[in-house]
Amino acid sequence: MNVLEVAIEGMGLWAPGWRDWTTARRGLLGDAEADAGVIKPSADLLPPAERRRAPMPVLLACDVAAQACAQAGRAPDSLPSVFVSTHGDLQITDYMCSTLAGAPRELSPIRFHNSVHNAPAGYWTIAAQCHQASTSISSWHCSFANALLETAVQAQSENSPVLLAAYDAQSTEILSAVSPSNCLFGVAMVIGAPRPGLPRLRLQPGMRTVPASDSARVPEPFHQLARENPMAAQAMPVLAALAAGVPGRLQLPSGAASGLQIEVLP
Amino acid sequence: MPAPIRPVSITAHTATSALGRGLTAHLDALRARRSGLRANDFTAVELECAIGRVDGLEQAALPDEHALFECRNNRLAWLGIQQDDFLSQVRAAIARHGADRVALLAATSTSSIGASEEAYARLDKGRIAHDLRRPPVHTPHSLGIFLEQALGTRGPCLTTATACSSSAKIFAKAERMIRLGVVDAAVLVGVDSLCGSVLFGFNALELVAPEACRPFDARRRGISIGEAAGFALLERGVSPSAPQLIGWGESSDAHHMSTPHPQGLGARLALQGALERAGLAAESVDYINLHGTATPKNDEVEATVIADSFPARTRASSSKGWTGHTLGAAGILESVVCLIALQHGLVPGTLNCEQPDPLCGPQLALANESADLRIALSNSFGFGGSNCTLAFARGERA
Repeated sequence: MNVLEVAIEGMGLWAPGWRDWTTARRGLLGDAEADAGVIKPSADLLPPAERRRAPMPVLLACDVAAQACAQAGRAPDSLPSVFVSTHGDLQITDYMCSTLAGAPRELSPIRFHNSVHNAPAGYWTIAAQCHQASTSISSWHCSFANALLETAVQAQSENSPVLLAAYDAQSTEILSAVSPSNCLFGVAMVIGAPRPGLPRLRLQPGMRTVPASDSARVPEPFHQLARENPMAAQAMPVLAALAAGVPGRLQLPSGAASGLQIEVLP
Repeated sequence: MPAPIRPVSITAHTATSALGRGLTAHLDALRARRSGLRANDFTAVELECAIGRVDGLEQAALPDEHALFECRNNRLAWLGIQQDDFLSQVRAAIARHGADRVALLAATSTSSIGASEEAYARLDKGRIAHDLRRPPVHTPHSLGIFLEQALGTRGPCLTTATACSSSAKIFAKAERMIRLGVVDAAVLVGVDSLCGSVLFGFNALELVAPEACRPFDARRRGISIGEAAGFALLERGVSPSAPQLIGWGESSDAHHMSTPHPQGLGARLALQGALERAGLAAESVDYINLHGTATPKNDEVEATVIADSFPARTRASSSKGWTGHTLGAAGILESVVCLIALQHGLVPGTLNCEQPDPLCGPQLALANESADLRIALSNSFGFGGSNCTLAFARGERA
């Protein structure tokens, strides 16, 4: 057996102009326009003081994670979680590297502990008072595919719904040369056992057989998100298929020569 | 309550740390109580502390075909994977199972950020210099991209970065993937290398001791940072002579980004998960390799959890006085220490601990001991409140 069939119990999405999955889904179908008033994720689950201080990837991941839990009708403290990012927090990487190059002894202790790749997971579990397992991963430009697979593996092996939060924040002037990302994008899913009435995904890892799917068939605002944000680029083919609401098959690159075959059964 | 899991064989393993290259170097140093820690000679700006540095990395350039991935962390990975014939055993496993049936599960906390630090230290007109403008070394997944190319695995390939629990958690991921039939084998790799970020970062948090770390000593003053590369090959089915992964438990503290839960709630949940999946009572555990970082708070909390949870006969120790805290590599390095302990009947004591904290129970081993060890646990706890406990069983002896 190496096909995993799982259900999507709930989803969340945040990008500039798009406050949640419901509006983004309509946008993907060409039925809604971006809302210029949506400029910062709200991350209401975080206490107000944390919301002011927290790094952007934390706000972004917590916002979409809370949306997905709410849509799934699952309490945030009840779910194990998988957090994934292509680049991690590039603003903090930039801060750490420039401070180390100039005045290493002045490094901020708070920014250092916020520099760990699992900072969003840490803030999320603290805010949600969640003692469940949480992992934080990266697979560079194959991050979304590997995280989706890992989430499905956990959900099926532990017989529990699992929260997936995938995000990338903006790069900096210097780091853009190696790790480009020009805008915020986050997407979350609560993945569980198949149930009637829920959209399903059938996942099968294997060798890559088709070139990477492009997102040319989505409306321009989403095409632009995919050009500017690596996680948007990776997730867009799946989001477009889910929005379309008709069964479809696609493949996401999951490694140097491997691909994750995804059957979308909305 | 999770159901017991079927054991997974660990058919090859190795480690490279400040103690040297490979299993024999580690066994010898453990037996001789020879620490790998030395006064900090790594940072250009003076910082009074001890470090666990791997000798020879400066001379260990990557082969030309892997030059794209050149950086200290990947050098350490490449040096480490050659030891104990690990690389050829991985290649044999790939041939046996098929490349697409073998996962590559990497783990690190800082990956190759040393390369990004270097880029900022010598910017060229405000831009990253040409020789460092190599995107695959400025990513958390650098280690995974490099080793996927070098080994040719074609199964799932991802890097876990949950700070100091990173390379413990990949054992849990491997067990789940093998149990569901997603893969038949998994190559587990944990590597973290010395860099300014961690040395000055932990210093800023006032968690670095000025001298070599003293885990569980009443006078402990913090951690010593080390670097290491640890490797394990996990395969479906039981090969009788191989040690086994028999349980794992993962949890979140939900308390603070850099301070453990005061009652060790997350640590207790991880321990409970590992024992339940192993189908074991605490009384069956012979040896525990503790997280034992030598920070005042970690050791206080962990000492209490161990004293509360195990009988006096269970032996427990921290090996960080030998290797330093190797952060994202600690989980797999200390799993290898557990496998050495099981194979050789050696309980490593707690090096540098002379006056144990009164909170420590009778389980804490100070001196090395010889014992018939069958079951061992390894604790790993990280920033963000990320906890993982692993359970191992000894292979049958010939």
